[in-house]
Amino acid sequence: MTANISLPPVAEQSSPSHGHGERRWQDYFTFNTDHKVIGIQYMVMSFFFYLVGGLLAEGIRTELATPDPDLVDPALYNSMFTMHATIMIFLWIVPAGTGAFANYLIPLMIGARDMAFPKLNAVAFWMLPPAGVMLIGSFYFGTAQAGWTSYPPLSLTTGKVGEAIWIFSLLLGGTSSILGGINFMTTILKMRVPSMGMMQMPLFCWAMIATSALILIATPILAGALILLSFDLLAGTAFFNPTGGGHPVVYQHMFWFYSHPAVYIMVLPFFGIISEVIPIHSRKPIFGYGAIAYSSLAISFLGLIVWAHHMFTSGTPAWLRMFFMITTMIIAVPTGIKVFGWLATMWGGKISLNSPMLFAMGFLSTFVVGGISGVMLAAVPFDIHVHDTYFVVAHLHYVLFGGSVFGIFTGIYHWYPKAIGRMYSEFWGRVHFVMTFVGFNVTFLPMHILGLQGMPRRIAMYAPEFQTLNQVCTWGSYLLAVSTVPFLVNALWCWFKGEKAPDNPWNALTFEWMTSSPPEIENFEVLPVLTTGPYDYGVEEEEHLATIAS
Amino acid sequence: MQGSIDNKNQSIQISGTAESVAVAHGHEEHPDLRIFGLFMFLVAESALFIGLFVAYLTFRAVAPVWPPEGTPKLELLLPGINTVILISSSLVIHQADSAIKKNDVAGLRKWFGITALMGVVFLCGQVYEYMHLEFGLRTNLFASTFYVLTGFHGLHVLVGVMLMLAVLWRSIKSADHYSSTSHFGVEAAEIYWHFVDVIWIILFILLYLL
Ligand code: HEM
Ligand SMILES: [Cu+2]
Repeated sequence: MTANISLPPVAEQSSPSHGHGERRWQDYFTFNTDHKVIGIQYMVMSFFFYLVGGLLAEGIRTELATPDPDLVDPALYNSMFTMHATIMIFLWIVPAGTGAFANYLIPLMIGARDMAFPKLNAVAFWMLPPAGVMLIGSFYFGTAQAGWTSYPPLSLTTGKVGEAIWIFSLLLGGTSSILGGINFMTTILKMRVPSMGMMQMPLFCWAMIATSALILIATPILAGALILLSFDLLAGTAFFNPTGGGHPVVYQHMFWFYSHPAVYIMVLPFFGIISEVIPIHSRKPIFGYGAIAYSSLAISFLGLIVWAHHMFTSGTPAWLRMFFMITTMIIAVPTGIKVFGWLATMWGGKISLNSPMLFAMGFLSTFVVGGISGVMLAAVPFDIHVHDTYFVVAHLHYVLFGGSVFGIFTGIYHWYPKAIGRMYSEFWGRVHFVMTFVGFNVTFLPMHILGLQGMPRRIAMYAPEFQTLNQVCTWGSYLLAVSTVPFLVNALWCWFKGEKAPDNPWNALTFEWMTSSPPEIENFEVLPVLTTGPYDYGVEEEEHLATIAS
Repeated sequence: MQGSIDNKNQSIQISGTAESVAVAHGHEEHPDLRIFGLFMFLVAESALFIGLFVAYLTFRAVAPVWPPEGTPKLELLLPGINTVILISSSLVIHQADSAIKKNDVAGLRKWFGITALMGVVFLCGQVYEYMHLEFGLRTNLFASTFYVLTGFHGLHVLVGVMLMLAVLWRSIKSADHYSSTSHFGVEAAEIYWHFVDVIWIILFILLYLL
């Protein structure tokens, strides 16, 4: 790694308004351009939407406690699952991963004072609250009901206003995402401290390069699909409407060309977070830095050529299904490389079972299950049987909840002391973990069986023989709901009353720990210089032991 | 795009070697990231257009007859002239760039004015064409894609014209706003204009010639 560099004091041209000021709480409610403020704005906003989406989920599960559609009428049920998925994906996981963590961490990790385009960053954030408010508000007019995939012609028949709001919100969210991607790419590629080469970057930055590439290439295709869809909806064209000579399958291709990469947009940032957290709390260097970095890029690339695995039953010709089956299975390879890298990092390490590490381990175990069911689904003959059943629901929740949401909590606990300047309560963090982990598995594990038995998804009623397992799922979901209470209490209580956090509570080596907690307004008094690799943990300790032994 | 950039971000430039530490770069000296950001933005824009083009080609590929029977033939004369205007405007706008690199603000104004005018002529031509076409947005799949693609491109032309007008306005408001060393706005408008131009060429080939 880089040799020690001694840095003569650097004269800074600091204007009086900058520097050591404190943040006021009002800053968090305004158009502020500080990446740390924006990061926290993203986090708090997306967590709010997590609660909204969660409420909808509990409604869905309560309805499904009995086979009959008795709690809500089927149309409202459609609204609920459509809004649940849309909110969870576009207003919780995407903004939390690519908004909150990326904004907060990237400049700190690479030794920059802010993002490349701070104003653009704030603009990107402020597009999301209106999108969310419109989506929630659309319950007033009758929401979109065609699921988060919004396939035409179904989506053209279920109420114009709700669908139009849905399209417009997603266009806003997509634009916000693209502006974010521009910022992350530019910042990571161009604003690292000069002593940090690409191969000395924290792995989170590699993950964000891969994510941003996907955002820039794939999100616009969704925008294109939505623009055409809105013409069909509002102007009476027939791009996707078979009655007018259009082709619904073209929409599916465009939608999935975005939405498969989108699942990696939703999980790659958390791959990055896991790569940060595991070495620190195992006190060992990361195993296979290069392999983990490059596998992110491989996932990005492969992620762009697997989309039609969502369309095996859409009349896709056999040779095309074969192609997409093979590419889909191949994508498990770079994903597996990462998993082995993380496990090998933990192997023989001094693991501390604190909240971030527990959630990271929860991430590993559940994400692997989701990855395996993904490979099962990639097999065309199997997929034809379980497509649109609860097996797919189980798969996607193992990767999106077991992966992304566990990843979010990993990151929140790990960087809480840095961002808030106070320690969270370890006890309640562990309680939160146990409840989440148990609740999650009780909710979603039985769905595999339900799917294999043929229970279709997105329907308010089901055959009576599925009731027992459905009730298990419903009870699990209540536990999951309750599990947010210890988290919220812990996070809010310690925000004001927690023990003061030291600058570097985890003895970590990346730059964000080299400044005060919370970091000052422009991040660093003097820009840091790289003296070790980002993950050189336990190295001195070993040398130390070796000296004692001799 | 971004109006101003916090120049403190790069106020410190430390060269890579261990001993030499160079400090104090003025705002003009260090690389301005806005152009890089603009290129990232254009990557996304290209993806958007490519998506729409591929959708068009797919519609076309699966149709038994294309354009669907009964679609009136497109006139080539007017759009042909429009194409020539747009392509040559790319050469004109480049003169503005050369001018400002020589600190010639009057030249910048002149060439930007001409380019903007050419853009406006292009837009008027397009509106004229729309008004005289014998098919409407809803006539058939070809007609719909025709209007959406050209209309969406036209919107980009409009944005380009407005960018140029903004540059013009700024350079008229204060004569030293743009100089040979600092002219991001000029460059950005030019790059964007070239982009819009390239998109049009592809569009023209796809819709009119193929
Ligand atoms: C080893 C990696 C993976 C493979 C092989 C894989 C494969 C698949 C396949 C074949 C389907 C289509 C099932 C069907 O509709 O019949 C599917 C659905 C899905 N996957 Fe994955 N997947 C993988 C990882 C992921 C990840 C990492 C995420 C998200 C973080 C994810 C999210 C989803 C979602 C949301 C759906 C359902 C979409 C819908 O129809 O609503 N998958 N997956
Ligand atoms: Cu997929």
